[in-house]
Amino acid sequence: MAQQVSVDISRRGGGHDPGSAESCPKCSQLLDSDELAANLMVCSHCGHHFPITSRERIGQLADEGSWTEMAANLRSADPLEFYDLRPYVERIEEAEYDTGLSEAMLVGTARLHKMDVVLAVMDFRFMAGSMGSVVGEKFWRAAERAVETRFPLVAVCASGGARMQEGLLSLLQMAKTTCAVEMLSQAPVPFVTVLTHPTTGGVLASYATLADVIMAEPGSLISFSGPRVIEQTIKEKLPEDFGRAESNLNHGQIDMIVERAELKNRLVQVLGMLEGGVACALQPLWEEEAGPAGRRGAFAQTLERIKSFAHTPWRSS
Amino acid sequence: MRKRLSELSRLPTLPGVHLRDEASKIKRRLHELGGGGRGDSSAAWEKVKLARHADRPYTLDYIGLMFPGFIELRGDRCFANDPAIVGGLAAYQGRTLMVIGHQKGRDLASRTQRNFGMPRPEGYRKAQRLMALADKFGIPILTLIDTPGAFPGIAAEERGQGGAIASTLMRMTRLRVPTVAIIIGEGGSGGALALALADRVLMLENSVYSVITPEACAAILWRDAKEARPAARALKMTSADLEELEVIDGVLPEPRGGAHRDHEGAARIVKEALEENLRELEMIHPQARRQERLEKFRRIGVWRENGLTLF
Repeated sequence: MAQQVSVDISRRGGGHDPGSAESCPKCSQLLDSDELAANLMVCSHCGHHFPITSRERIGQLADEGSWTEMAANLRSADPLEFYDLRPYVERIEEAEYDTGLSEAMLVGTARLHKMDVVLAVMDFRFMAGSMGSVVGEKFWRAAERAVETRFPLVAVCASGGARMQEGLLSLLQMAKTTCAVEMLSQAPVPFVTVLTHPTTGGVLASYATLADVIMAEPGSLISFSGPRVIEQTIKEKLPEDFGRAESNLNHGQIDMIVERAELKNRLVQVLGMLEGGVACALQPLWEEEAGPAGRRGAFAQTLERIKSFAHTPWRSS
Repeated sequence: MRKRLSELSRLPTLPGVHLRDEASKIKRRLHELGGGGRGDSSAAWEKVKLARHADRPYTLDYIGLMFPGFIELRGDRCFANDPAIVGGLAAYQGRTLMVIGHQKGRDLASRTQRNFGMPRPEGYRKAQRLMALADKFGIPILTLIDTPGAFPGIAAEERGQGGAIASTLMRMTRLRVPTVAIIIGEGGSGGALALALADRVLMLENSVYSVITPEACAAILWRDAKEARPAARALKMTSADLEELEVIDGVLPEPRGGAHRDHEGAARIVKEALEENLRELEMIHPQARRQERLEKFRRIGVWRENGLTLF
């Protein structure tokens, strides 16, 4: 379940060092840190997508000042009193210190080009983006909020799998997040996932692949088993493109690969299209709700919102 | 020291008070003194070995001993028939039951054919097909879980191993018929869970159920796969540990000496548990049963919020 996947996350504190240079791991080009950040942490030479933190992601997606975090007080407990070479509590404290985060997922509400959404963004730096009780509960609350408000849910995934230190409780978060997706689909509220490098194990085998539309960033590793585990099992070296987003697209496992610069527009377009359908389905209910007095309720607001996307810039890709 | 530790963990976390440093110091000391927490590593490792015992009854053994008739149904209608998961219609007290379970082999040839009980995506898609079939005709479902995990291979990934497990979980949340899952041997991570999102989840006494195999856990956290013994203890994967954590619905005691010594006895115990649980579940309205299932998995998790530990 939990995977060993190597991801270069040298920018530990999050953000970049102004004025310094960084070399692209793919094309070895030396890149100016400020320019790299301005280019959304994408290599201007070869298009390599550097891993980014959850806060950077939210900064790139959410309209200025629109992000409101929820469930920020949730912290991991240590139900198993887990101890390997070090106690679990120490590993959590270290992750909190290194990342300035309280867990491997941030959830909240935001607006994307004026469209209200609920965002759930994972952070690989926090214990390899592993899913334990807190990640499961935060995802549940995000889904619950999406159902209450009828805002679509966008989940950005980056995970090594279920968190070993919480044992079966972590494994069962797969069941819990699946139940949350089922709640979304009963509503129905649109649910889109963005799989980033790397999305593996229990997160891939639960909510990440249960979305209405699955997007991925170029070059992301998307694989249930880690490459090392597979190599050990089949006793062969894996091809370079194994499990990458491009290979997943060819094998029909994802809908599209979206470059970081295009992500926000794509999300708004797809969600707008899905909501258009939801709105049509809800139209009779809306009329009923409005009644003779013409009261504007939740459904009316949904329709209003969809109309407001009409100006959203459409670009082909 | 244990008493002090539990006192500490009961105190709310206050800003500026570093109780957790104190707690982790005590935990480290306890660990050095041996034992670490409840249970010791050799007992947990014994259970892992028992759960994997080559003479333990497997899914088809239980089916043969529990039901007078069984018709196996095969294939996912897309790609292949995965022999690592078997399923079909069983005659059960004058009516029908859908039984789906992981299947291991007994000798080299059958072990290879069954892929050591490690399913590929087509196995999970077959399971989904059979679940949909059972749901259509109101046939209750029994799943028997016994796998080291889903198969890690290139082709399995290309055919969407992760997505196949996820969509099986989703299918189980939607079922209107009663579902009972019993861990009969190894409950190995996502590959096991895929068949275990059920109204009732029971474990045989000597079975294990875990997020990761102790060997793989040791390889990552201890950086040495040979440290599987302490990993088995730390993961709290035995039926007793999991009952204490309240993440399963019950433990079924095995016949004297273990299920591998007495297949008939084990099958009798499983059948009785099935009967009792189905009787209870069938009294609930399908809609309510489904809602209860969602609620049950929704509640799973332990975290701290505003200084309080919540279960």
